[in-house]
Amino acid sequence: MKTNGSRSLPSRIADHVRDIPRSGIRDFFDIVSTMQDVISLGIGEPDFDTPWHVREATVFALERGATHYTSNLGYLELRRAIAGYVRRRFDVGYDPEREILITVGVSEALDLALRALLNPGDEVLYHEPCYVSYRATILFAHGVPRAVTTVAADGFRLTRALLERQVTPRTKVLMLNFPNNPTGAVMRRADLEELAAFAVAHDLLVITDEIYAELTYDGAHTSIASLPGLRERTIFLHGFSKAWAMTGYRLGYACGPAELIEAMMKVHQYTMLCASSLGQKAAIEALARPETDLEGMVAEYRRRRNVVAQAFDEMGLACSRPLGAFYAFPDIRKFGLSSKDFALRLLQEEKVAVVPGSAFGACGEGHVRCAYATSLENIREALTRLRRFMGRLA
Amino acid sequence: MDELLKILQKNALESHENIARMLNVPAAEVARRVAAYEQDGVIRGYQAVLNEDQLELDTVTAVIEVKVTPEREGGFNRIAERISRFPEVRSAYLMSGTYDLLIFVEGPNLQRVAAFVSEKLATINGVLSTSTHFMLKTYKRLGVLMESRHEDERLTVTP
Repeated sequence: MKTNGSRSLPSRIADHVRDIPRSGIRDFFDIVSTMQDVISLGIGEPDFDTPWHVREATVFALERGATHYTSNLGYLELRRAIAGYVRRRFDVGYDPEREILITVGVSEALDLALRALLNPGDEVLYHEPCYVSYRATILFAHGVPRAVTTVAADGFRLTRALLERQVTPRTKVLMLNFPNNPTGAVMRRADLEELAAFAVAHDLLVITDEIYAELTYDGAHTSIASLPGLRERTIFLHGFSKAWAMTGYRLGYACGPAELIEAMMKVHQYTMLCASSLGQKAAIEALARPETDLEGMVAEYRRRRNVVAQAFDEMGLACSRPLGAFYAFPDIRKFGLSSKDFALRLLQEEKVAVVPGSAFGACGEGHVRCAYATSLENIREALTRLRRFMGRLA
Repeated sequence: MDELLKILQKNALESHENIARMLNVPAAEVARRVAAYEQDGVIRGYQAVLNEDQLELDTVTAVIEVKVTPEREGGFNRIAERISRFPEVRSAYLMSGTYDLLIFVEGPNLQRVAAFVSEKLATINGVLSTSTHFMLKTYKRLGVLMESRHEDERLTVTP
């Protein structure tokens, strides 16, 4: 309640928080959640259940009483397992004692990295369209976000030429996210080598969010951290949400040079203390047999990707081929509607939810994000409805 | 295993057209490969996975451990095949461990299954002993859980 002589509450909110708009996804969710029987291609998380052995291990950990604080860095047993997994899968080695920090999802790890690295006014290069929280997280850390636009014509890949146009003497960090949410783009080794040379030339630190790494469909995933000379300037972020379908566990990790991890740990220690003990126990179990869990899910996502890509092709919906994650990001400009209007009408007329591309940065306008993290049955029905809807628009 | 077989094993009703899209190959190729698998006996049939408990059928299923004497020529095969030919026998496996054959027998009631064991099975030359267990409830069959499908707990739109 406002009393005489005191300022209104909104005016007392910190400028840099007040000035950040709500996520466009949240607005859209508010509309979708009022409707019944919607087929959603708007869900950015796996439809698979967390593997049963992981859930069972969580229950066992609870029974055994693993319900206390853990070390700030996280259980050493988990850090050791992560070090082994990252070495095997990403071809880069980290010391589990000093170079790995367990966090509350990659989201916390990203926040920690930016807060640990940025002085007010330091600039961060990141690519759009991108995950909804990057820009806000940079601003919360008092950094200056510098968006680099990637385009469908180039498979939404990031190139050195694009980056050179935005780099300044204040640029401190290059942020990457491949495979990409929302475009499904990946970066091949040769693409990354170009970025690595750029980072070295401008002496930048790199934060790479590789949460979708395992979900790469044609060819192998390469981490920029594994390229020569990059490990010492890179913070590698990964977690269990996507590949193991453990979103609600909120468990991620950061790997990097000890000095940087130590700085992130300082923020983590005072703000979060540690990631959930039960989540950490579950993650230990997840890593005990990663390949068997992953294979079936990746195969299924690949099949869905094939179905979606072929259907878009047949409908005449232009779409950069999705190569990773579980998103397709088709171009809807030919219908002359904004991405928000397209998504709203598709929702109202056919009860199919997709996310307006504008939620992922201004350059996402003209596109919608379709997540294929739902059953093939749902995907086929959604595609039928989408085709009908487009027929009416044309 | 061929991905085509994995898809069919999960859902045998998946159309060739759908499978072709999933595998990104022509539909004609799927039809050809399925026909070849049927021809050479890799695919031996297509069945629905029923929750029989829900149908409240008046049938009982027994799981029977059988000890047999292997024969000089052919080992366990001849006797196992002989047992398998009875229509009452739904499944039959050769096992390692304290018994040799594990067979699943279905009958309209306990007496009929008991009669099958004592009159048909136990009297076969080479069968040394049997141990019969009656099945009470099915929780999972052929990789399919028998409980009702649970709801999608995810929010409808997430980042």
